[in-house]
Amino acid sequence: MMHRSEKIWLILSFGMIIGFMLITGYQTFALELGPPSYGERIDPQKVDETAPFDNPGIKKIGEKEYEVVMTLQVFSFTPNEIEVPAGSTVHFTLTSKDVVHGFQVAETNLNAMVVPGYVQKITQKFDKPGEYLVLCNEYCGAGHQMMSTTITVK
Amino acid sequence: METVIKQSGKTQVFKDKANKVMGISLEDAKLTKSYLSVAFLAILLGGILGLLQGLNRAGMLELPAWLNYYQVLTAHGLLLVVVLSAFFTIGYFYAGLSHTLGGLLPKVRKMAWIGFWMKVFGFVLAVIPILMNEASVMYTFYPPMAASPVFYIGLVFIVLGVWMCAFGSFINVASWRKKNPGQHIPILSFFATGVFVLLFFGSIPVAIEVFTIIPWAFGWVETINVMVARTLFWAFGHTLVNIWYLTAVSAWYVIVPKVIGGRRWNDLLTRIVVIALVIMNITGGFHHQIIDPGISEPVKYMHVFMSLAIGFPSLMTAYAMFAVFERTARKKGGRGLVGWYKKLPWGDVRFLAPFIAMAAFIPAGAGGIVQSTNQLNQVVHNTMWIVGHFHLTLGMSVVMTFFGLSYWLIPYVSKRVLTPQINKLGVIQTIIWTLGMIIMSGAMHWVGLLGSPRRTSYSTYFDNATALSWDPYLFFLAIGGTLLMIGVLMQVYAVFYLMFFAPKGNTEFPIAEVEEDEAPTPRWTERWGLWVVCMIVLVGMAYVIPLVDFIVNAPPGSPPYKTW
Repeated sequence: MMHRSEKIWLILSFGMIIGFMLITGYQTFALELGPPSYGERIDPQKVDETAPFDNPGIKKIGEKEYEVVMTLQVFSFTPNEIEVPAGSTVHFTLTSKDVVHGFQVAETNLNAMVVPGYVQKITQKFDKPGEYLVLCNEYCGAGHQMMSTTITVK
Repeated sequence: METVIKQSGKTQVFKDKANKVMGISLEDAKLTKSYLSVAFLAILLGGILGLLQGLNRAGMLELPAWLNYYQVLTAHGLLLVVVLSAFFTIGYFYAGLSHTLGGLLPKVRKMAWIGFWMKVFGFVLAVIPILMNEASVMYTFYPPMAASPVFYIGLVFIVLGVWMCAFGSFINVASWRKKNPGQHIPILSFFATGVFVLLFFGSIPVAIEVFTIIPWAFGWVETINVMVARTLFWAFGHTLVNIWYLTAVSAWYVIVPKVIGGRRWNDLLTRIVVIALVIMNITGGFHHQIIDPGISEPVKYMHVFMSLAIGFPSLMTAYAMFAVFERTARKKGGRGLVGWYKKLPWGDVRFLAPFIAMAAFIPAGAGGIVQSTNQLNQVVHNTMWIVGHFHLTLGMSVVMTFFGLSYWLIPYVSKRVLTPQINKLGVIQTIIWTLGMIIMSGAMHWVGLLGSPRRTSYSTYFDNATALSWDPYLFFLAIGGTLLMIGVLMQVYAVFYLMFFAPKGNTEFPIAEVEEDEAPTPRWTERWGLWVVCMIVLVGMAYVIPLVDFIVNAPPGSPPYKTW
């Protein structure tokens, strides 16, 4: 019923999918490049009273290493206008105070859903100096297109 | 009518033949005509709204406060992803059921009509709050954004209307099987069964979601579990688009080979593709949540596999289609390694449109595989890339197939014929649509990679240099959108001309035969009960762990917000 060429095609197709899986698995589990999946819970109506979000901001935690505790709310990021030296690794800890938001930094791989009730974490090393655009990429209301800030890398 | 239905198998055979010679019964024809009319009115309206968005994103048009970008986008999504696709799919498959099963049962026809009016009623209910700016929540309506309760009640009616049609098709197929023991369900009805099984099971999660949202939207319940709602939505949301794709695939396997004067692909392999797509589809929706919090990496990894697995039957299809084309062209005297392509009927819109639709699925499917893979998803999630992707899959692969079908399906149900002029119009329409989609979707993919977000009205983000650098790409959205609008107008004209004004005559329902020397298809392919059980087991594997975790370890819920 199957032609030889079809068998070859299907073996290649199957091999391609398995190849994708192996590479993805290696990157996820061996290189720790998996997608942001942090899962700590938080009361979405008490974000301001819950540590660490009672004190959002940027904190130096090591040599060229920073932690940014950030809340997202319609239609802003707190803190905004972050500044770090070039070569810094920045760990973001994020949560939402109202609806679902997206945390995306253009020209990097920073991209995470920020869902009320959950803490999300994502890390990025900023090598190249410049001004990076931070924006919300999940529609969140009338001012969604205004929801942005910047990260300046010097 | 009732007496005819209760006849013996012999009468059934006679009826089948009569159906083939005389064409569809007037009552069945009216049903399909009504469904298709709604579908093409939806594309007219949805197309106009799409153009408004394209112009806005290009920075050329500021939308008025009484009809803002997000209202337009919510309506555009609902009209094209739900109304156009559902009404076309049901209209087409009901004509197929009528044709291949010897007419619809009167009871089934009635169910399809009830389903029709439930969907129309539901849609009107959903649109009113959108127009009043009380439901700018998009096609995905993620809680804790809360629309007017009327919007969700409208959705309930749409789902119930779809279920009526699904049950109707099951009853018709079951009755045919009873009268034709030991026979295989005719191939188009086999596809229809797969599609309606998926429509039913795929919409159960969203029905549960909406039933938890309604009391919350009314204020009877204070909070909602955001992640449960989101997960239930995507168990439905991606299944839905894959159902429209499966509908297009049915035409590629069954209709297109006949249009080009060939025979269809191996019956067993065709049925395996349908079964595989039915079993594996629902779990694929999870890749929309790859960068969500609260789902562990191993669970996400398992879901990447479940999503990618759907690629396999599609790769089988890719081979099958080109094999059928080559085989047919060679029989007609085509020569050379690729020179045979000259023997295909390029000037026939009934072939050209679905052919380009299929070809578009090569980059579209590849893009799909890329973006359902963990890390690569993170690069493009919620950017314009995604919008480019589903305009390639739905806007080209599915919708162009629907267009190609309309040039014989509408004459078939209206007992008219396709004229050479309308065929020519169709060929030009196909070219315009292709150019429009390539320009628009190409630009969307590219600017998405650069970081431009989806579902966002035109913004320079306070004159940010990065955002400003996206503008030249976004300009192509306006050019593509304008071409597509011209395409919509031509298509809608062709549809209504063929329905009401084209010369009277008989048009064939083109269903290709299998190759003469083909081995009989084994009986096990007909075990629908088993396929449904397999599907449920797979859905269980995929969803029990995360859903139980979201419910058992739930954070305090969220109250409703109206942020627009």
